[in-house]
Amino acid sequence: MSQAQVEIQLIASIVAIACALPGVFLVLRRMAMMSDAISHTVLLGIVIAFFITRSITSPLLLLGAALMGVITVSLVELLNRTGLVREDAAIGLVFPAIFSIAVLLISRFAGDVHLDTDAVLLGELAFAPFNRLRLFGLDIGPEALYVSGGILLLNIIFIVLFYKELKIATFDPALAAALGFAPAAIHYALMALVSLTAVGAFDAVGSVLVVAFMIAPPAAAYLLTDRLSRMLIYSALIGTFSAISGYWLAHWLDASIAGSMATMTGVSFLTVYLFAPERGLIAQARQRRRQRIEFALTMLTMHIAHHTATNEAEQENQVVRLNEHLKWSQQFAMEIVGIAERNGLIRQQEGLLLLTESGLIRAQQEFNT
Amino acid sequence: MDISQLLYDLFFDYTLRTVGLGAAILGIVSGMLGSFAVLRKQSLLGDAISHAALPGIVLAFLLTRTREPAVLMLGALIAGWIGTLFMLTITRTTRIKYDSALGLVLSVFFGLGLMLLTFTQKLPDATQAGLDKFLFGQAATLLQRDVITMGLIGAMALGLLVAFWKEFKLLTFDPEYAASLGFPVRVLDVLLTTLLVIAIVIGLQTVGVVLMSAMIVAPAAAARQWTDRLSLMVVLGGLFGALAGVGGTLISSSAERLPTGPVIVLCVSTIVLISMLFATNRGLLWNWIRSQQNRRKLRARAVLADLNTLAMQHPDQEHGHSVSVLRAMSTNPDGVSYALSQLKERGHAREVAHEVWALTDEGLAEASKNLENKRE
Repeated sequence: MSQAQVEIQLIASIVAIACALPGVFLVLRRMAMMSDAISHTVLLGIVIAFFITRSITSPLLLLGAALMGVITVSLVELLNRTGLVREDAAIGLVFPAIFSIAVLLISRFAGDVHLDTDAVLLGELAFAPFNRLRLFGLDIGPEALYVSGGILLLNIIFIVLFYKELKIATFDPALAAALGFAPAAIHYALMALVSLTAVGAFDAVGSVLVVAFMIAPPAAAYLLTDRLSRMLIYSALIGTFSAISGYWLAHWLDASIAGSMATMTGVSFLTVYLFAPERGLIAQARQRRRQRIEFALTMLTMHIAHHTATNEAEQENQVVRLNEHLKWSQQFAMEIVGIAERNGLIRQQEGLLLLTESGLIRAQQEFNT
Repeated sequence: MDISQLLYDLFFDYTLRTVGLGAAILGIVSGMLGSFAVLRKQSLLGDAISHAALPGIVLAFLLTRTREPAVLMLGALIAGWIGTLFMLTITRTTRIKYDSALGLVLSVFFGLGLMLLTFTQKLPDATQAGLDKFLFGQAATLLQRDVITMGLIGAMALGLLVAFWKEFKLLTFDPEYAASLGFPVRVLDVLLTTLLVIAIVIGLQTVGVVLMSAMIVAPAAAARQWTDRLSLMVVLGGLFGALAGVGGTLISSSAERLPTGPVIVLCVSTIVLISMLFATNRGLLWNWIRSQQNRRKLRARAVLADLNTLAMQHPDQEHGHSVSVLRAMSTNPDGVSYALSQLKERGHAREVAHEVWALTDEGLAEASKNLENKRE
């Protein structure tokens, strides 16, 4: 691995973690689509700040972007409060309008600067290592590393300092308000943080990948744990994994790094979605099957117990009669009888099904309940 | 540039006519189908679908190696549809909420599309040039046959909309009732969503992935302000969409370096703003005026009640009461003078001396009537 490759992966991993942490709260607070809106509207903040400072590297750009993020959220809420449109429509109205203004400003007045919409939307991580930060004439690494590192640090500090407040405001906003935690203040602080993260990240990875990093890893982590602290950690790990594997995928295909990383966040999510121990699709299917078999076994023992020692026992307690009485297919009946035999619930005697001791107990338990 | 020249070009200049027609078709179809999306709280579905369509476009190209718009649109349709299905499955089988599922599909599919696109661009044969116009939309590259394709597909979608009008209406407002009546709700849901996907796919080439969502939400949101009837809303939505499309095309052609997509979106946003402010039924302005009127009416009634209270303290009704006393009794002292002048107009009160007021007989009757209503 060359130094540039290491640096790219390092930057991508830091961005992934920086996005995943506030993303957890977005997913939990049902505001995931706000990240999409913000990651588009911060462009206008950047453009305006650029027109004021005439510099593409000024820290004011970050500030302008963060401010625009908060303005976006406020506008959405303002529209929502008029009662004329619903919240989802409000988001869908606000961000394309703001984004359009930004695009128009760029194409009209800043055509020749490095501020084109492709770069903002798609990002180009491959160039990040070329933009070095120099201190006293010394090369101390790529600038993107410091920007994203600073934002990650800020995110961590905010979450650690206000962990309790964030947690309570997320899961029980009414209680948070009653306890005097000012959920509105926390809400806006979080949104400012999301904006700051989005703008810091999209210089490196583009705004769409910001959304991917903010939502996919937390959504996957949400299927793995019920604890907020673990969800934060899992999200960070999944994000890092997606970033690094995405880089190598891009390397292999000679394709967009941002696109490949977003794809890998999707692959990570899909993997978790399928294989998560309790909430995954496979686990769910297995559990359903297990419950079906357990239920069938109980039904079988009850059916046999019901007819045992009666006149029709000869006729009823046969495998072939089960599909008629319990509406089981022949195949399913054979399978359940097999399982019941193996578990020692029943035994077969001359084609007749008989309950064992434990089978009888099971049937009686069920009768009693 | 003068307007008559622009209008002349709209009909006789090939490029402008083509783009204008394309934008109008897009506006009509997305405005009409968007109405259903907005009413069904699926406003952001358009955003997700338009992003999710990208990998479909690239894959369709990779597989067929043509840039035939119909083929690419089919790819977009399939991808958008898979994305929608994916969202529905995730929200149904896990505790992940709708908004997260939207964001997930949006960003991941778009990332996948981007990866495939950059991969394709590096392939040796260069015919893929122009695929990326789907990202931001380049209305100027629309050809007549693109517009014809758009028109045919759009007409088909609208035909289905009309054919299943009653079913879609029921599905939108009361899906449980529809199910209880025996309508195949699932199938209808999928069909309506498919129509939405079609509307989006039509617009991708004109306004691009990012701004397409606005074309779904905005015309419908504007139309919603003017009416409570679905049929009228759908028609208005189509009208607003077409208006924004043609208007945006004209404005963007009137000056250099004004990309069509964003201008169209700003046009439609302006329509939304105007509708929210001035719509006769729900508009903020009329609402404000109505609430002011109500407030004045209530205030006049309160002053009348105060006058009545004062009159009851005195043996003769002719006894005048000074405005300052009424002000002291009122919750809003500044409004007392205006309220008194209103009462005078109605003949409920009269000024017996300067700044001194008394009830008339009608005023007394009115006040006791109000008091009785209140007791009830």
